[in-house]
Amino acid sequence: MTKKQKKVLIRIIIAAVLMAVLLVLPLEEGSILRFLLFLVPYFVIGYDILKKAFKGIKNKQVFDENFLMAVATVGAMALGEYTEGVAVMLFYQIGELFQSYAVGKSRKNISALMDIRPDFANIKQDGKLVQVDPDEVEIGTTIIVQPGEKIPIDGVVIDGSASLDTAALTGESVPRMAKIGDEVISGCINMSGVLSIRTTKEFGESTASKILDLVENASSKKSKPENFISKFARVYTPAVCYSALALAVIPPILSLIIGVEPNWSQWIYRALTFLVISCPCALVISIPLTFFAGIGGASREGVLVKGSNYLDLLSRAKYVVMDKTGTLTEGVFEVTKIVPEGISEAELLETAAVVEAFSNHPISKSLKEAYGRPIDSTRVKNVQEVPGAGIKANIGDTSVAAGNEKLMASLGLSVNTIAEPGTEIHVAIDGVYKGYILISDRLKATSKDAVAAMKKAGVKKTVMLTGDSKQVADIVAADLGLDEVYSELLPADKVTKVEELLEFKLPKEQLIFVGDGINDAPVLSRADIGVAMGALGSDAAIEAADVVLMDDDPKKIAKAIGIAKKCMRIVYENIYFAIGIKVGCLLLGAIGIANMWFAIFADVGVMVIAVLNAIRALRVKNV
Amino acid sequence: MKKTYKIEVDCANCANKMEQAAKDTAGVADANVNFMALKMNVEFVEGADVKAVMAEVLKNCKKVEDDCEIYL
Repeated sequence: MTKKQKKVLIRIIIAAVLMAVLLVLPLEEGSILRFLLFLVPYFVIGYDILKKAFKGIKNKQVFDENFLMAVATVGAMALGEYTEGVAVMLFYQIGELFQSYAVGKSRKNISALMDIRPDFANIKQDGKLVQVDPDEVEIGTTIIVQPGEKIPIDGVVIDGSASLDTAALTGESVPRMAKIGDEVISGCINMSGVLSIRTTKEFGESTASKILDLVENASSKKSKPENFISKFARVYTPAVCYSALALAVIPPILSLIIGVEPNWSQWIYRALTFLVISCPCALVISIPLTFFAGIGGASREGVLVKGSNYLDLLSRAKYVVMDKTGTLTEGVFEVTKIVPEGISEAELLETAAVVEAFSNHPISKSLKEAYGRPIDSTRVKNVQEVPGAGIKANIGDTSVAAGNEKLMASLGLSVNTIAEPGTEIHVAIDGVYKGYILISDRLKATSKDAVAAMKKAGVKKTVMLTGDSKQVADIVAADLGLDEVYSELLPADKVTKVEELLEFKLPKEQLIFVGDGINDAPVLSRADIGVAMGALGSDAAIEAADVVLMDDDPKKIAKAIGIAKKCMRIVYENIYFAIGIKVGCLLLGAIGIANMWFAIFADVGVMVIAVLNAIRALRVKNV
Repeated sequence: MKKTYKIEVDCANCANKMEQAAKDTAGVADANVNFMALKMNVEFVEGADVKAVMAEVLKNCKKVEDDCEIYL
């Protein structure tokens, strides 16, 4: 509890005790002494409210909750309802205290979740480790990160190895290994071993700083419900005040006109009850609190949402358009199959790797990687690259050709069509076909589950866009159970496709585009919600997207939708619940069924329930 | 130009009022108050004197909500 809160708590206790004492004292009903004695707890508990209400009037900001409470309680005191006057103030303060405590608590919880801000960097000076402000570390400096410390700045490991805890960044609990030559990002916690890191970025440009910046400024884009509530609060309070005035004046005057007893004090009492019920706090606090908790909970799961409006949009996502490479597949090419004819698998792989020894094409790289041993390139002679087909060369005395069907055809060899996703490298030795090696981009292990989970989360249509061949794309799409697939697209075609889909959908339905942030910034910004995936270390993605998935698990897409849905459900629950109860109580108050006690309990009770409900948005682990 | 300031305010509605007050200040193109993060983002009009504008923003905020603070 803060100092301010403690002070209020003490005042609440004093006022409550005083009031209890006054209630048991045998004071004469309606006496001046009783009035004066009740003024003591009233001022103890309410002086700041009265002061604020007065200042509000002076500054022409009449209609706020202080004003409501001040008028209601002063009115009650004037009518001789001393207990009620004090009680309303008392419970109002209890409600406010609870609210400020709850808000402070969740504020703390959420900042603890995002506790990735590094406080210092260790650098070596004269053989000793010195702690410096990470802001002062220049690019290219060597920093030392000891076990238990956070990596303060992005960089490359130049000495040592360690396992890194990335949970605060990605929500992923399995540690990552970092060894010499690996790039590491700030915000990870070193769990073992000492690392020497050469920094590659300034502190302000490092991942941890960027993410913190993003999360802290998340609500700069406010959602519809939030804007609705701010507008509502602006109209609502004055409206209720005028209706209270009308309730206090019109019925008695009408009674006078038709010649009945006007009963002023009864109507004024009802009008005051009105004012107590009308306090908009429950709504005004619980909606932003829900979004804050939702964004905080999401970031713990490695889903960064750039504004509460995106939670709103995500909850209505009906179309998910995904890039293939890097999103649904690993984006790394590797040898997935070796089919030799007449020689062993190892021989076929070796032949292909050696013949490609001089090439830097991704495909030859993956061949060399699969081969895994150093290649004696002096054996390779007369290398001849056939563009768009493959490579021909001599290895020792044999002539080798490695490439696609076209290359084989040029040698007079025909090969069977292979119905598997990937690129085939056919190999011929001395004009004899020796089999093929399949190189493909592996599907991510979770891609299939991810698509199923999206369907479960209410997504109507899943679409894949890719620059790959139709054959490969169709197989992948069928494998994953995607609804639509568009292949052989150029980057610009992807934008056109997304625009077509945007045209096609209903206005309320939202379209998500998921990409890995490389080359797809235009599509990310064109979609209703751009989701960048595997953003660890990629600044471009963090900037272009509306929602950033810290790791590259496509299952997080459905998770993000789930979190958004839960958050929006709570938001609407709170809106309907709070407005519903208030309107109900106002009606009951107007016809005299609800008295002031009822009113204050309704007001504080609704607020407490709405705040507790809002905090629920923080729990998203099993969404 | 955009700047972020730390603020101190007690209630969500007061934060909304501060936002409105800041928005209505001359020299401010747009303002945004995040009650939960206790931050105010201010976008200034091209060529505005940031210091003077912020002093005015603080004054206007104090007018609508006495119990608030902006750490300039």
